[in-house]
Amino acid sequence: MRLELGKIHIKDVQFGPETKVEAGVLYVNEDEIRKLVLEDERIVSCRVELAHPGESCRITPVKDVLEPRVKVSGGGEIFPGALNKVGQVGSGRTHCLDGACVVTVGKIVGFQEGVIDMSGPAAEYCPFSKTQNVCVVIEPKDGLETHDYEQAGRMVGLKVANYIGKAGKDVEPDEVVVYETKPLLEQIQEYPDLPKVGYLHMLQSQGLLHDTFYYGVDAKTFIPTLMYPTEIMDGAIVSGNCVAPCDKVTTYHHFHNPVIEDLYKHHGKDLNFVGVILTNENVFLADKERCSDMVAKLAKYIGLDGILITEEGYGNPDTDLMMNCRKVQQAGVDVVLITDEFPGRDGKSLSLADACEEANALASCGNGNVVIHFPPMDRLIGMTDYIEMQIGGWAGCKNDDGSFDAEIQIIIASTIANGFNTLAARGI
Amino acid sequence: MGYYIVVTNNVLCRDRYQDTCRVEYQEDWTYLDVLLRARDLVHTGAQLITHPMAGSLKPNQTPYRSVVLGTGTMEDKEPLEDVMLMENSIDSCQKFLRGRPLPNWPEDIKKDFRTLDLSFIDGAMARAPRRPGITE
Repeated sequence: MRLELGKIHIKDVQFGPETKVEAGVLYVNEDEIRKLVLEDERIVSCRVELAHPGESCRITPVKDVLEPRVKVSGGGEIFPGALNKVGQVGSGRTHCLDGACVVTVGKIVGFQEGVIDMSGPAAEYCPFSKTQNVCVVIEPKDGLETHDYEQAGRMVGLKVANYIGKAGKDVEPDEVVVYETKPLLEQIQEYPDLPKVGYLHMLQSQGLLHDTFYYGVDAKTFIPTLMYPTEIMDGAIVSGNCVAPCDKVTTYHHFHNPVIEDLYKHHGKDLNFVGVILTNENVFLADKERCSDMVAKLAKYIGLDGILITEEGYGNPDTDLMMNCRKVQQAGVDVVLITDEFPGRDGKSLSLADACEEANALASCGNGNVVIHFPPMDRLIGMTDYIEMQIGGWAGCKNDDGSFDAEIQIIIASTIANGFNTLAARGI
Repeated sequence: MGYYIVVTNNVLCRDRYQDTCRVEYQEDWTYLDVLLRARDLVHTGAQLITHPMAGSLKPNQTPYRSVVLGTGTMEDKEPLEDVMLMENSIDSCQKFLRGRPLPNWPEDIKKDFRTLDLSFIDGAMARAPRRPGITE
């Protein structure tokens, strides 16, 4: 599969009578977005607010972050099976509004969602402090069942990102990046002397607010499968979870998977990037056994010499991570794990809830337990009523002036376990 | 004939499974108490069907915990595998509680946590055979 990703650089976002991109500025029509969101009777109110980098502005509780994208050619549409019709994606041409994001905001389940500060010390930990954000603040109908509200909230993000993405369809991109992965045998032949490297992408699949969808399929119901890396860039994977803000893989991060991005950078130079294996993180232990067996089988079957593995979440997924690591290593494929850590504030406790002898190479994405100060901000998008209850906060952590102290795990994507951040730990 | 044992402090889980499984429920059990009870059952021969730390909510965030065990399983488990999994989970749980205790959540938040806990177990049980160790 060969995908041309046309990046339209967005330097600013403003309200305007028409949703369009002009000279690097994204204009959005607030009424059209609101109308689109309120089509779903489960949502009773919707407000659109804009947030720019450097502003004294706090956004919370954040559910998901998405980048506006549109398919220009090659078949299929963005978010196949989740929003648009099911159809193969990953080929042809896609345009993205690079530097712009849709942020869905609102109480979903009162503790799970995170914070984005557009300036100040917390901004350094968050990629979305540096993007032009269209924030969609939603409120559910009274008494709406939790599963229904999660689904409605998820669809709001997809719909708005899809709607804004269309504004980029006929715009000439500032930059075009080409990604290509060939069918397996051809791909192996192309660089026969380079080590064959793959990526095992573990998707959250534990239940409510812990789910991920592949072409609309709930990941807990599939068995491990192969994916062309370019499929993910067209929205084949959609996030339906709010595990903990810091290590939530937002839908934006699926578009911009850093492991895939970096493997393509090395492709043909010092390694041969052969493809992606997708698997899940189920609660049912027999699924873990079955799926980790299949992961090891696929890794061997496609002839990998080495594999990078990322997980999402803490606790139960650590067991999947270690089972995958152990079995893939035993199949003769070298493994490097990538994850964040929860070793306590002093960093002295065990970082993960599980371990195995074969886990001998790991890239750390930081310690989610570190505490920082969040100064007051002039403007608030959403509400801080729940700060003390949100993950990383605690009773009494909030002050009257709006400032608070909290662990960095309250910040969206601060220690994201696929490495789309700047934190790390070094050790022997 | 095999059967499932559901150890829980979540009333929603009790109500959902009390007609089809053996449910051990205590309203005043903590997250840690549920793990300790599950560990004791593992030591008497029961096998883990669900992961003891299902969901990625940390043990000092959610008050609720449910673990499903069974008298048989299709997995070819290593000796002491379940014991190790229980002990690792208990260690991890105690680590979090040492760092920060569980907040005293208001009722609406507790309700959300109960719903999530039930969702983890429902997702697993939907994929499990009707009786442990038997495929249909």
